Amino acid sequence: MCLAVPGKVLSIDESVPDLRMSEVDFGGVIRNICTQWVDVEIGEYILVHAGVALCKVNTEEALATLNDFEFIASALEQQRNSD
Amino acid sequence: MKYIDEYRNSPHFISLAEAIKRKCSRPCAIMEICGGQTHSIAKYQLESLLPESIELIHGPGCPVCVTPIEKIDLAVELSLRPNFIVASFGDMMRVPGSELSLLSAKARGADISIVYSPLDALALAQKHPDKEIVFLAIGFETTAPLHALVIKEAQRRGVRNFSLLTSLFTVPAALSSLLGDKDNRVNALLAAGHVCAVTGYGQYFRIARHFKTPIVVTGFEPMDILYGIYHALCLLEEKNYTVVNGYKRIVSAEGNTKAQEAINEVFEFCDNEWRGLGYIDQSGLKIRDSYQQFDALYRFKTERNIRKAAPVCISGAIMKGLSHPYRCDQFGKGCVPEHPLGAPMVSSEGVCAAYYRYMK
Repeated sequence: MCLAVPGKVLSIDESVPDLRMSEVDFGGVIRNICTQWVDVEIGEYILVHAGVALCKVNTEEALATLNDFEFIASALEQQRNSD
Repeated sequence: MKYIDEYRNSPHFISLAEAIKRKCSRPCAIMEICGGQTHSIAKYQLESLLPESIELIHGPGCPVCVTPIEKIDLAVELSLRPNFIVASFGDMMRVPGSELSLLSAKARGADISIVYSPLDALALAQKHPDKEIVFLAIGFETTAPLHALVIKEAQRRGVRNFSLLTSLFTVPAALSSLLGDKDNRVNALLAAGHVCAVTGYGQYFRIARHFKTPIVVTGFEPMDILYGIYHALCLLEEKNYTVVNGYKRIVSAEGNTKAQEAINEVFEFCDNEWRGLGYIDQSGLKIRDSYQQFDALYRFKTERNIRKAAPVCISGAIMKGLSHPYRCDQFGKGCVPEHPLGAPMVSSEGVCAAYYRYMK
């Protein structure tokens, strides 16, 4: 129910007050999404739940988490070697 | 898809599971709160990667599963009235009421529409100005701001034939209730990442401290969940009863303040009934009086809101970690997704449906 999916903003339409809408690309599927609560620019990624953007994807933190996976894996490798 | 695939098909999947095994020095029970996380755990068979000393308890974070039976009955009753259309998320269609589900009401001629977004329900109201559109608005803090948005938008557009039958839940009060229960077995929590995307996680520090239960804000992909479990174990080993954010690409400490403002403007806290768990103080949201023209409970009085015996379902015990779908006599026999006896067998995020689909 709280399913939310990241997508890339293709265009932004601010013609309706208090209801900014954006065309968003979800891996090739284009949907019209409300981006009223998210300060986002074209080309950035947002997290979308039931047609509304909840937040922008923090790309630096996304990379940092992937790096942390590598760090845990390499620490494990060192542990294995010292066992 | 970017920001999904990297966390679903990681070369470090097995290493992270191995790191968890090495980190775990004693038996512990970790509860994932959100039904989306439960679904991922079943789909990717994550429990099979964990040592036997780690038990995952599948928490109450599926709004389809905890919506009380009276709300289903009321939605059914409204749907059977002439010139009413009840709109709902697809997951709600097969949830059993005391007599009918929305799907079986549809078979009896009720006008019921499945929508993807609350904004679709509002569009339906504008398309059918001669009918009353009642949107069965369920959800946690993730979805509540969307319902607030659509109410404000209905007011702005001057739509008068649109209302919400709300069944909205808030996580922190329910966690305090579960962790304070005399039967509580939970040692650490994986907080629901998309709830925290809206609320932030500031209010979880007090819960972690008070109940001596570490909390890790956790995402939904298999690596996210293993990463959450790994951090929960680290905190348990250190006896560090605090909150760690394991889903930083999505969740910030303060959350989405604009969405929070929308919730606070339209809704206020209320005591709420959770199907399977009972009433929990201040664990829900209801529409404020200033927006009551959009509240179906206010607008459409009903005589039939009488509590009836619920069908046989042990969902409450499962959500507290006191039982398991496999220990239910009805699981896979009298209760299957096509003919559910209880709500957890309905939604794809319900624990019984997840186990039935992936692990039967």
